[in-house]
Amino acid sequence: MTESTNSQRAAPPGENGAAPVNTPEGPVLEAPLTPPNPPNEKKVVRVGDRIFRTMATASGAFVVALIAAIGLFLLIRAIPALHANEANFLLSGRWETGDPEHLAFGIVDLAWITVASSVFALVLAMPVAAGIALFLTQYAPRVLARPFAYVVDLLAAVPSVIYGLWGALVLAPVLKPVAVWLNTNLGWIPIFGDGNVPADSGSNVFTAGIVLAVMILPIITGVAREVFARTPSAQIEGALALGATKWEVVRTTVWPFGRSGFVGGSMLGLGRALGETVALTVILSYTYEGPHYSIFDAGATFASRIALGSAEFNDNLTVGAYIAAGLVLFVSTFAVNALARWIESSSGRGKE
Amino acid sequence: MRTDTADIERPARTPAFQPLSLGRKVRNHAATTLFALAFVVAVIPLLWVLVTLVRRGLVPMLNADWWTHSFYGLLPNDFGGGIYHALVGTLEQTLVCALIAVPLGVSVGIFLIEYGRNSRLAKTTTFMVDILSGLPSIVAGLFIYALWITTFGFDRSGFAVSLSLVLLMLPVVVRVTETMLMIVPDELREASYALGVPKWKTIVKVVLPTSLSGILTGIILGLARVMGETAPLLILVGYSRAINFNLFDGPMASLPLTVYTARKTSTEAGEYRMWGAALTLVLLIMLINLIATLLSKLFAVKTK
Repeated sequence: MTESTNSQRAAPPGENGAAPVNTPEGPVLEAPLTPPNPPNEKKVVRVGDRIFRTMATASGAFVVALIAAIGLFLLIRAIPALHANEANFLLSGRWETGDPEHLAFGIVDLAWITVASSVFALVLAMPVAAGIALFLTQYAPRVLARPFAYVVDLLAAVPSVIYGLWGALVLAPVLKPVAVWLNTNLGWIPIFGDGNVPADSGSNVFTAGIVLAVMILPIITGVAREVFARTPSAQIEGALALGATKWEVVRTTVWPFGRSGFVGGSMLGLGRALGETVALTVILSYTYEGPHYSIFDAGATFASRIALGSAEFNDNLTVGAYIAAGLVLFVSTFAVNALARWIESSSGRGKE
Repeated sequence: MRTDTADIERPARTPAFQPLSLGRKVRNHAATTLFALAFVVAVIPLLWVLVTLVRRGLVPMLNADWWTHSFYGLLPNDFGGGIYHALVGTLEQTLVCALIAVPLGVSVGIFLIEYGRNSRLAKTTTFMVDILSGLPSIVAGLFIYALWITTFGFDRSGFAVSLSLVLLMLPVVVRVTETMLMIVPDELREASYALGVPKWKTIVKVVLPTSLSGILTGIILGLARVMGETAPLLILVGYSRAINFNLFDGPMASLPLTVYTARKTSTEAGEYRMWGAALTLVLLIMLINLIATLLSKLFAVKTK
């Protein structure tokens, strides 16, 4: 089967709800037929059918209810703590939850570290992921493309705690000179200025962002690969026939076709980076000093703050403070993921 | 001999094909090199992590006690001990998680493909499964904490961990079931209906067995994914250095939790245990991935 029939069959119109499948045999997305009911016969409804149908539908509804329950329970548990909060939840950088009588917590510092490390990771990972996806779909020999893709996917199989160890104990010492160099030579740019820990400490957003970039690489690459591979081969052949070089083919057909899908995949990666917990807990050192809005800041993200606080999970009000942080995280990842899906479904994916 | 074919046989020359200008050539080669380099950049951290793990973790693993003993009673400076307690915990927690997540996930997949096609509920469910697959693991842990421990009043236990892992495994199972059911050829279903077999029996006896190997592979990959999760464990169960078989009572170790906890013992022996546990965890996950690959090779889905 040629590539063009593959890509045509991959995307029948009106199939936005269904997950796309790509098999060597060519994707088959037609809806399974329901058993025909002859018009003159009375419709037979069997008990087994009814039970099975109810069970399947109920489990579908259960998943919907589950997401609602997550939001609801987090909200219910967060409200008492938010009432007892003596600081401004959205604008304060304090995090004092040891004494349930005098809770004072705010998320602004957590939000800065979370956003800084995730965005830094995204800036690093996006070009590399695009490069890998283009390499695997357009350049690598057919025989090697599959094992190569498998190697990249292996990055996703490594548990985050191990990335944390590697980042903190192996990568951070190697990065130290780089961090110091950036800090001394580019320190006049605010983002490379002095952080709240010395630049040579290694346990800062700089190291964390690089490790995060490695962790989200397979996610972005996976989506991008899928979209780039769907470029209609007629377009590619057309460009080649006009005398385009390989790079010009990529620039004029593959990239415009897959761009929005790639952006959607990057948003998925961002969602993953925002919620990453243990790697950051291990890498970032915790400091009580507020951030200096530099890439060499240390501190905690939403997720790592919760993980660090797990030892004091003994009072419902205290836990409520952490749950409030978790709720913010849940809402933001929900928004980012929903946006990612929306971009993907309204992109070249599934259109000719 | 005719002469009018000669023009066709002779390859076209300069006036037909202009040579590429230097700039285009350079840009083309630069792009090729850059894209290949991007791939190399991705491979470096993978190899680096694996080499680090093997170099630092292999020594403790080769100790005969490693697979049969726990860390019970070890002082910070004691070498020796083994990972058995964590292995027990990891296997129990993920197996119980699978027992809940697999039937539920397969059933959701059946709903999406066989019953709910294009219905409003199915679209909402697909969207929610997407959201669930992007759920941060720490939020899954917090939710189970708010539900199971704060609201229902149970203690922290290995079972609470299993519940939170269900949330993380469910989307994987749903996705793979959906994908596998979709490639079952309709002819099989039609043949079954033509014989008067009810729809539910068709699903159970025809559709599911046809896609079984694919679903199994997906389930095993899902297991590998949840096995390495650490974040929910931190808030849902205490760490124990002794062997605990009881999922419902008391602190329980598991491999990721052991790695995380051993990091705090900042002695040489603590590092030795930490890297040993880390390598064990990665080997276990690799082994499971390998099994999944073999399974999918052995029983590739038989479409016509």
